[in-house]
Amino acid sequence: MLEDKDRIFTNLYGLDGWELKSAQRRGDWDSTAAIIGKGRDWIIDEMKKSGLRGRGGAGFPTGLKWSFMPKESDGRPHYLVVNADESEPGTCKDREILRHDPQKLIEGCLIASFAMNAHVAYIYVRGEFIREREVLQAAVDEAYAAGLLGKNAAGSGWDFDLYVHHGAGAYICGEETALLESLEGKKGMPRLKPPFPANCGLYGAPTTVNNVESIAVAPTILRRGATWFAGLGRPNNTGTKIFSISGHVNNPCNVEEEMGIPLRELIDRHAGGVRGGWDNLLAVIPGGSSVPLLPKQICDDVLMDFDSLKAVQSGLGTAAVIVMDKSTDVIKAIARLSAFYKHESCGQCTPCREGTGWMWRVMERLVSGEAAVEEIDMLLDVTKRVEGHTICALGDAAAWPIQGLIRHFRGTIEERIADKRGVQVAAE
Amino acid sequence: MPKLTVDGIEVEVENGATLLQACEEAGAEIPRFCYHERLSIAGNCRMCLVEVEKSPKPVASCAMPAGDGMVVRTNTPQVKRAREGVMEFLLINHPLDCPICDQGGECDLQDQSMAYGMDGSRFIENKRAVEEKFMGPLVKTVMTRCIQCTRCVRFASEVAGVPEIGAIGRGEDMEITTYLEQALTSELSANIVDLCPVGALTFKPTAFTARPWELRKTESIDVMDAVGSNIRVDTRGREVIRVLPRLNDDVNEEWISDKTRFIADGLKTQRLDKPFIRENGKLRPATWDEAFAAIATKIKSTDASRIAAIAGDLACAESMKALKDLMGGLGSPHLDCRQDGAKLGKHGRAGYLFNSTIAGIEDADAILIIGADPRREAPILNARILKRARQGAGVDIAVVGPNLDLTYPYEHLGAGPQTLKELADGSHKFVATLNDAKNPLIIIGQGALARADGEAVMAAAITVARNANAVRADWNGFNVLHTAASRVAGLDLGFLPGEGARDVAGILDGAGKGDIEVVYLLGADEIDMAKLGNAFVIYQGTHGDAGAHRADVILPAAAYTEKSSTWVNTEGRVQIGARAAFPPGEAREDWTILRALSAVLGSALPYDDLAALRRAMATDVPHLAERDEIAPAGDLAEPVLVAMGTEPFDTMIKDFYLTNPIARASKVMAECSASLTPDNREGATGTHG
Repeated sequence: MLEDKDRIFTNLYGLDGWELKSAQRRGDWDSTAAIIGKGRDWIIDEMKKSGLRGRGGAGFPTGLKWSFMPKESDGRPHYLVVNADESEPGTCKDREILRHDPQKLIEGCLIASFAMNAHVAYIYVRGEFIREREVLQAAVDEAYAAGLLGKNAAGSGWDFDLYVHHGAGAYICGEETALLESLEGKKGMPRLKPPFPANCGLYGAPTTVNNVESIAVAPTILRRGATWFAGLGRPNNTGTKIFSISGHVNNPCNVEEEMGIPLRELIDRHAGGVRGGWDNLLAVIPGGSSVPLLPKQICDDVLMDFDSLKAVQSGLGTAAVIVMDKSTDVIKAIARLSAFYKHESCGQCTPCREGTGWMWRVMERLVSGEAAVEEIDMLLDVTKRVEGHTICALGDAAAWPIQGLIRHFRGTIEERIADKRGVQVAAE
Repeated sequence: MPKLTVDGIEVEVENGATLLQACEEAGAEIPRFCYHERLSIAGNCRMCLVEVEKSPKPVASCAMPAGDGMVVRTNTPQVKRAREGVMEFLLINHPLDCPICDQGGECDLQDQSMAYGMDGSRFIENKRAVEEKFMGPLVKTVMTRCIQCTRCVRFASEVAGVPEIGAIGRGEDMEITTYLEQALTSELSANIVDLCPVGALTFKPTAFTARPWELRKTESIDVMDAVGSNIRVDTRGREVIRVLPRLNDDVNEEWISDKTRFIADGLKTQRLDKPFIRENGKLRPATWDEAFAAIATKIKSTDASRIAAIAGDLACAESMKALKDLMGGLGSPHLDCRQDGAKLGKHGRAGYLFNSTIAGIEDADAILIIGADPRREAPILNARILKRARQGAGVDIAVVGPNLDLTYPYEHLGAGPQTLKELADGSHKFVATLNDAKNPLIIIGQGALARADGEAVMAAAITVARNANAVRADWNGFNVLHTAASRVAGLDLGFLPGEGARDVAGILDGAGKGDIEVVYLLGADEIDMAKLGNAFVIYQGTHGDAGAHRADVILPAAAYTEKSSTWVNTEGRVQIGARAAFPPGEAREDWTILRALSAVLGSALPYDDLAALRRAMATDVPHLAERDEIAPAGDLAEPVLVAMGTEPFDTMIKDFYLTNPIARASKVMAECSASLTPDNREGATGTHG
């Protein structure tokens, strides 16, 4: 269990003010210039040593990502883009940072931008986050007024401008290259890779896209040291993480916890336990809607980090824990997610455009049981033909929940079909 | 030069080549829908997936740069599975209406599903249906068939330069449409039909007319403008069904203009299919013998100095050669092939060619357009300028003349001779740009030359080119853009007034005053017939257009698809068109008419077949025998600067769709003109008739 002294987001619940004054009282912007004074290489090295893995879902080491940016500019500007297009169903951690702790993010932007030689950064805020964008903009304005942004930002000698951009509410714009397209004013459709953004990103210039949480934790890590952060959690899965717990729990919440906390402990301690007790648990989606769900027997002792969840064929994703108790129609729950991915597919590439609709329609029939048993395997095969064949990861995200469902609840689906058959036979 | 292995075969490809190109180099066929050599890479159809060693997922080969040491496999079960999967996805929402689809028989989806698809479908849900989209009079849509490859979207913005097609909606609700469902305002719009890999976009004018396997294909040359686009004429029986582009990187790449493509119905209507003689003010059908006798009677009673000939825009080299010889035999010096009155032919061959060549536009780093509207005068050539402009860095384009939308940005320097004068004397600021350019390119159009001071304008333009060092041994950037397919051949053959003889204006003037008594019009319809006065007019041509209405004797001739003929395009490229169909009724090939007439007149031309005529032509002008070549043009004669007028330059083409007799006979072109030509479109009210 995370001790209070190791907490990074000390105002996660908004008990204190979001204003600059309050944030500074909590320790933000403390000797930022000194951190920057230690130089680019030190910062990147320290980030690497901290073991921080990207908090947006894929878990790519943040320090390593920063180091991909060209060391010297070839005449093109460098950009940092912060992905605040948090739209994954179940995930609401960045929202709390934007609401209550925006200065952490802003300070992180300055440090990260310095580390990757960028004088300009953009924060792309989800379209539905109206109030959050207002708070963030006010916080940016405050930071400018206090000299923390702009020319010689925070007295560091680094000129830095930060812009807040408001999206229009498309899930796909959370994909980093679609986000860049949208930021450039185009239709939010993922780009082909290569070239990767670190070579050719926003406006064709070297760009790094990071999640809000990844950037917001950076100043604290650098202030307290990589060893402190690396000392938390488990090897290769270090530090703290904000978990969003929702669904059939007594007390849905966001909570910052140590990586590798057992799932059961996380739910019991912070979310007031599963509705009706642990034994009433049916399944958990451990990392936001796109990762495969886990049935109760795995939930009993699985640890919440990247590698442990990968070992059980799921993933940590955004650490959005969606809890489903035994009252849940799990097929219908996954069918709802299929409808979401069908709705949010950008339509650019064939397997996702055509496959998400097909999968959703079959899922709907599985919900009602109006299907043949063979169609379960056919559906599984279709998910395999979508997964890995698309431009971006939305195809994978649409396929995985269904694969998880079939892996763990094939019996339920078959029963449903058999019941329907039974009813039909009886009626005849 | 990365070296890689494809299916065990080692290949070396150029830097920047894609995996798909490398695979083709190695002889491995890669299926594709969205990829097209001349468009940007979209990578969205996913049909071209291949396996690359060390890559966990299959890779879209069209978008992946070939890297040194890559090991690619295109024939593994994984690749086969991926292709089957994509094929299945494409087909689940594609209607199986091949039997009633015009694309049937030449459909990429059909072919590739045979080669790479599965034998059945597992999809039992309802298929998506999409409403048709209006895309103008030329492109028919059946959008349910669309597979969202976005080739048409990319063509419209990248090649045609009109970003008016796009995709709306997302996911499976994504639909391709034009902006507000209006017709595409491009002269190249129908090329999207060629690009469409399925039957979503088909030709509206030829809908449900023919199947591709019923058509006989003839490779030929287009005459709608002076570009000489390479075309394929598809015929069924005697009827030209459609015209398609043929690949020629030096000329039209693989595009043709809408006029080139949809002229075919004009070849069937308003045709002159028998000779006519005017009696008592009315034309009556006649036999060839009667027609020739009527001409012979008139010509034999007329002094040669009172006989004149004008060649029109669609006259082939052979017919002009025969007519020139015929006029020479009669002793008349009054002939002209410049029916628009352009002041050309005074500065040597380099003074009337597009010297830099069309492909050479891509090497230019400054372009000055004088009195031309390339977008409407030569849409294919305009696409080349757009291609150069889109390459980004290092090309400045400027225009002297009318300020029109040319699909690319340019600097408008001025409207007429005053600006050109400043450019010639070096006082204009754009001169510095031209001087700094390595390969400056000057295009002068007929709008600047077909006017009283045309020679002065020509001299000023040559001066601009010379001062900018645009005329050197390794680069000749002085270019004349013609609008008539016949013009360069006519100038090459010297179909021009002899010393002291009358040009077109002189002939019309003489006819009005009674000094010219006989005028022979070889398909010349673009002159003011009212000025011909009381002259005896012989019209040899294909359509009942202006010339035929005025004629005293009509000799029906073959259109460009109905004869083998030589054409020289604006670059000076000699190309030979082939006969795809036969002329209607009693109409005959032009040179045979002139040969027969010459015998009646008593001085038979010295050639009895086409080969002999071509030999005679080659004796006069050797390069006309060099097919598909551009003969060196020689030097550009020294200009003599004289004062120009003050009238601003005008464009030659007021209505792109109605520039020649064939086009004016075409219903499709009339429809295009009514709905797409800006002046007409603005006048349309919905109840205007």
